[in-house]
Amino acid sequence: MSAGSTNAPMASAGSTNAPMASAGGTNAPMASAAASPLLRAVGLTKTFRVAGRLFGGDRSVHAVTDVNLEFGAGRTIGIVGESGCGKSTLGRLLLRLLLPTAGRVEFDGTDLATLSPRDLRAARRHMQIVFQDPYASLNPRMKIGRIVGEGLEVHGVASGKAAREQVLELMARVGLTADAYDRYPHEFSGGQRQRVGIARALALSPRFIVADEPVSALDVSIGAQILNLLLELQDERGLAYAFISHDLRVVEHVSHQVAVMYLGRIVELAPAREIYTGARHPYTQALLSAVPTVDGKDRRQRVVLGGDVPSPLDPPSGCAFHPRCPIAVARCRVEAPQLVSDGGHRTACHLVGDGNPSAGGDVPPPVRHDPAPA
Amino acid sequence: MSKVSTVSDVSDVRGTNGKRLLDVRGLATAFDTSEGIVRAVDGVDFHVGEGETVALVGESGCGKSVTALSILRLVQAPAGRIVAGRIELAGVNLLELPEAEMRKVRGAKIAMIFQEPMTSLNPVLTVGYQIAEAVRLHRGLSKREAWKEAVRVLDLVEIPDAAERAAGYPHQLSGGMRQRVMIAMALSCDPRLLIADEPTTALDVTIQAQILELLDSLRARLGMALLLITHDLGVVAERAERVLVMYAGRVIEEGPVDRVFAEPHHPYTRGLLRSVPRLGRERAPLATIPGVVPKLNALPAGCRFRDRCDAAVAECASVDPALEPLGEGRRVACIVATRRGGLES
Repeated sequence: MSAGSTNAPMASAGSTNAPMASAGGTNAPMASAAASPLLRAVGLTKTFRVAGRLFGGDRSVHAVTDVNLEFGAGRTIGIVGESGCGKSTLGRLLLRLLLPTAGRVEFDGTDLATLSPRDLRAARRHMQIVFQDPYASLNPRMKIGRIVGEGLEVHGVASGKAAREQVLELMARVGLTADAYDRYPHEFSGGQRQRVGIARALALSPRFIVADEPVSALDVSIGAQILNLLLELQDERGLAYAFISHDLRVVEHVSHQVAVMYLGRIVELAPAREIYTGARHPYTQALLSAVPTVDGKDRRQRVVLGGDVPSPLDPPSGCAFHPRCPIAVARCRVEAPQLVSDGGHRTACHLVGDGNPSAGGDVPPPVRHDPAPA
Repeated sequence: MSKVSTVSDVSDVRGTNGKRLLDVRGLATAFDTSEGIVRAVDGVDFHVGEGETVALVGESGCGKSVTALSILRLVQAPAGRIVAGRIELAGVNLLELPEAEMRKVRGAKIAMIFQEPMTSLNPVLTVGYQIAEAVRLHRGLSKREAWKEAVRVLDLVEIPDAAERAAGYPHQLSGGMRQRVMIAMALSCDPRLLIADEPTTALDVTIQAQILELLDSLRARLGMALLLITHDLGVVAERAERVLVMYAGRVIEEGPVDRVFAEPHHPYTRGLLRSVPRLGRERAPLATIPGVVPKLNALPAGCRFRDRCDAAVAECASVDPALEPLGEGRRVACIVATRRGGLES
């Protein structure tokens, strides 16, 4: 079959038409099909095998289960959750840095799994990642110029003087001075290094970027500079972002849509505004309520969840959240809820939309709008 | 108040009816670096009252952790040393105590917990043993009594099945549970002051909420004071009564949390508060503070913040501002703010 063997749809940067869209679409869970999305995750699932006990055989960890997302040009989906919820695994699956156990990733309508290694490499130009740790993610033996420009040479986009000029231009765009070109990563602060990481990600003019906790390692005032830079670049270049973070405050600042994950599954997916003003899943509500806010004195009726995040090795039965859920009922212990859409707001909770509109029951939705400081 | 300096007086901390438990004056701590001697803490003044929660907040390198280590005299010699100041615990200057006496203060009078509980626990000893060991050393209890005490404090920090958990090893515990163990260990000798250095930074947000609730309720129940060191202004706002904002080795603003956050006087505090992502703002650029924190060996003359300051005047280049009182228990180190009686917003 010739489909997929041509990299035409990849190469036509900027075009949003996707001739091969929905080729093998057995399920069409996404109703919002306005323009076809730039990147689409369909039923994405990742299971890791881990060595079990002696004689016990291997066990499997369901790191990511049945994730469906659509990333549009110029749009950001924030992916939030606590450690072990599968958000970073999801980020790597989206880029095909990890192979899914089931499901697929379509870029511009092409299933990445159908591409030849050569075409996949070409497609990768359009999909980049910015990592959390700006110390670990830069090769300490490489000068900044080479770190940023390596991709240009590898992909044969530019070399020599042309490459140098492009790199300098990129560096200037992300706020690095030209003298950084011949310096090493250790000479820079965390914030400056993260700018290097962003310049490197931008070098091949990608259309989709996974930003995995890009400001978590940075101080507040520096993190704010980096977030603003990411927003500007998105507006300039129409980038699509998967913005992965544990910090709901940061996510709100960059996201159009927010996906909340718990133990490998998306438990709530909605436009950012709805997540922050009308969260429906009790986990999302608890997560929002746990965020310390600057206008502190309202120590609201805080929902402090008991217990720990369960191990993905040994997930609870039924709804994975039920042991910590303040409103769980008997059904939650036996039946895993599906992600059900209600007017574009998807929630995986038996108690939402089931004659129990606010889901929270007597838990007030944690809606807050902080006043600006002075 | 007459100066007292015997250890028996230290043990009678509860007896001091004055409000100040800890009084730090003019503290300076210097480090030898390859680029010369730098003062990571450079003239810090503050106090912590009995039973009070005070937050020390600032960005990396501002000196907040070094301040905490200095209080316990745990700054690594010979590279680091306290070069000036007084640290009084209930009237006793800790800097004048012989090391043997200081060892009795650590743990028993002032305890400390750190950001990463895993690196603070010995992986090959049971958690019960590690707590019991501290109890035996400080309180001279027998092995059996000390073990009982370990189980009691594990129960105090709401670890379920404390007796069973005491026999377990650190790797068998989650991050939140490990931090509870650290808190149990810190409380095992009934300290008057608990210093918590970024106690929840490594934890998930729902677990962070649990630990902060726990610290708060223990502080109230045990009547101890809490010095909370954090970079998270949200944690400060929700948990502290007073806040000290540090910048480049100095306290640049001090006051009741609600007042300082509602109406910051120092341009740095104001900038920091504006750059915090908040809930309820939707997708929008954040305010930022231009530039980066200056290196301690290349501080600008005059005010250390002036290069990044949006309120700086010509005089800021020559005057190094002192922390001046500004009413309502507030102090600020900014000549512009002091003159106007506050910052214009």
